[in-house]
Amino acid sequence: MLELQNIYKSYEGKPVLSDVNLVVPKGATHALIGSSGSGKTTLLRITLGLIPFDKGYVKINGQALLSFTPLEWANRIGYVPQDGGLFPHLTGKSNVSLIARLRGWGSSQIDDRVEELRKVVDLDAGILGHFPSEMSGGQRQRVAIMRAAMMDPAVMLLDEPMAALDPLIRRSLQQELKSIFQRLGKTVLLVTHDLGEAVFLAEQMTMLHEGAVVQSGTYGDLLLRPANGFVTQFINAQRSLPDATVVQ
Amino acid sequence: MKSNHGAQRVKRSSIAVAINVAAVCSLASLPAAFAAEPIVIGGKIFTEGYVLGEIAAQTIESTTHTPVTRKLGMGSTGILFEALKSGAIDVYPDYTGTLAEAILKRPDLKSLDDIRAALSGMGLTISGSLGFNDTYALAVKAGFADAHALKTIGDLIPIQGSVRAAFSYEFIDRKDGYPGLVDSYHLNFDPQKVNRMEHSLSFQALDQNAVDLIDVYSTDAKIKKFDLRLLEDDHNYFPVYQAVWVARKSFVEQHPREWQALLGLEGRITAEAMLDMNAQADIQKISFEKIASQFLGSAAPDSESMLNKILRRTREHLWLVGLSLLFSVLVGIPLGVAAVRFQTAGQAILLSSALIQTVPSLALLCFLIPVFGVGTKPALAALCLYSLLPVVLNTFTGIRGVSPSHLENARAFGLTRRQVLFRVVLPLASPTLLAGIKTATIVSIGTATLAALVGAGGYGAPIVSGLSLNDVPTILTGAIPAALMALVAYGVFELLERLLVPAGLRRRP
Repeated sequence: MLELQNIYKSYEGKPVLSDVNLVVPKGATHALIGSSGSGKTTLLRITLGLIPFDKGYVKINGQALLSFTPLEWANRIGYVPQDGGLFPHLTGKSNVSLIARLRGWGSSQIDDRVEELRKVVDLDAGILGHFPSEMSGGQRQRVAIMRAAMMDPAVMLLDEPMAALDPLIRRSLQQELKSIFQRLGKTVLLVTHDLGEAVFLAEQMTMLHEGAVVQSGTYGDLLLRPANGFVTQFINAQRSLPDATVVQ
Repeated sequence: MKSNHGAQRVKRSSIAVAINVAAVCSLASLPAAFAAEPIVIGGKIFTEGYVLGEIAAQTIESTTHTPVTRKLGMGSTGILFEALKSGAIDVYPDYTGTLAEAILKRPDLKSLDDIRAALSGMGLTISGSLGFNDTYALAVKAGFADAHALKTIGDLIPIQGSVRAAFSYEFIDRKDGYPGLVDSYHLNFDPQKVNRMEHSLSFQALDQNAVDLIDVYSTDAKIKKFDLRLLEDDHNYFPVYQAVWVARKSFVEQHPREWQALLGLEGRITAEAMLDMNAQADIQKISFEKIASQFLGSAAPDSESMLNKILRRTREHLWLVGLSLLFSVLVGIPLGVAAVRFQTAGQAILLSSALIQTVPSLALLCFLIPVFGVGTKPALAALCLYSLLPVVLNTFTGIRGVSPSHLENARAFGLTRRQVLFRVVLPLASPTLLAGIKTATIVSIGTATLAALVGAGGYGAPIVSGLSLNDVPTILTGAIPAALMALVAYGVFELLERLLVPAGLRRRP
């Protein structure tokens, strides 16, 4: 379970986040949505323990971020950066196993875990020997998920997992991601500006606007019972393309 | 008179000038000497210095069979003197006038005994005169001397109104040169007809009858080449520059046989013989080894073959370049990393390594002599300092070029600062970093040729001696291997790039 409680953060005297609350139950997939400047990236970095915050708690399974060392926290939260964020100088496998190697895992233990995860994300074994520059966008994304899951963290955090992919690949990977999340059985928070992605992958979502939570709930809640005009505006702005009748 | 008599004879290249500077600024003495085995013979960077040094070396080799290391062409008095005191060399040839003026600062000391007594206080000693006096002299063409019955300087008086003279700048300007000369002989040349001229050009001017009278050094090979007549200094106006061996007293005590062998040459080298040998080297381009062995009447020593010479110089050169490179990597990379991490200090680091780069290499060598003495140490120090900038700058640039998102991701994965540096930052910066080391290597291979000026050997040795003899083939025996070494280094780095730069970062065809 991931909990963000009453998070406040200001930057140079200007409030960036105020009283943000968000709960992702164990095993659930939750989307944090908002446009750029909404504060979602700041919230993501706070959750990762990369930047300090003024007030509130970040907890995983009831234990607060501040009671851990950065290393301990990193073991509890698996991060998939935008576009995978793979290190270009390492092969797929080296990217996946980097942290485990630094933690002193044996090579057979590493191999077993990598193989296990490879099956979960359904990746060709050969791809792991490739460098990121030799992989497709979808392959990179899968390798990045393997890397995030390597240390068996309680929570997975994904930053705009689809943003850099072209529309056709997005569609097929979306399907994949959903089943990957199910197979991993992790608590997942994905941060996105794309409502479609959020609706497809997550059961619940939290909409952030100008540093505050506007509404939390299912897509149905947001669509049918919008907390305010901004929610409706945001949903309408991301409606699909005009249909055929308009073009004719 | 001049303070470093010998070096004046060198073609007035920038090197010679810089060496004089180096001589002047060499101040401090070095820590204790190392026990010298084999015996090291030094020599100044002009023809006579090479010839006399070679004669000393062969004399010791043939009479005592003690191995000898030659460090000829080391620069001028100041450098040789420091080298002698520090034990970097054991013996070198110098001139009494130079010792009295430049070393003892006692121009009043004239006799060998007085000079020897004064040097004794510094732990040094000298031999007796080798047999010739290398001093200033006035020269005219043989035909001109015959036409006007000129034998002595005083004989110029009857024709002083019409004589056209070309004197070197030093000779004209020094009170103990031209002005003192006219006082002593009551000469009254027509000032309109006394020209100041670059010394090496005055021979040409005389040869082409543009002038009648020039100043020369009494053993200059060109006297022979241009068939000149020296006018006798019957007033004994010019200071005495007797050639002698200079050695540490401790060396003389520890190596009595070798010193005796050198003393055996006292009085044996006449001015005529010296002039002749200088001419063989300068004009006929005969090797110093051969000239010396001919003079000594011995078979030429087992002269190193050209291949062995080049191999030895390659070893010396590689040693200089390799060590300085190691230093620049071990120090430069951490400095580059520090420059990224600490803003203000970083700018200071970059600025100071850039400043070092702007110091001309000869000047840098000169600054380093008081600290490191002569030989390999100052050369290495200079090379280390020069190879620093490319490494520091490229480390800095390479690290700054690493995308901040990779750094943040690495932190999010729980990597420590150290792990971020070694696992992420340095590998990602490695192409730029390696390019910096490559630049440093190539620059260092070129710069290391200057190391010969302070006696560190390498490919610079034939370049320096070739420059002093204006002997292009000799220069090329140093310059071509140096260029080849640079090419090989380039190739090695291309290979290293394949080995060290992670495949994911390499340029793709």
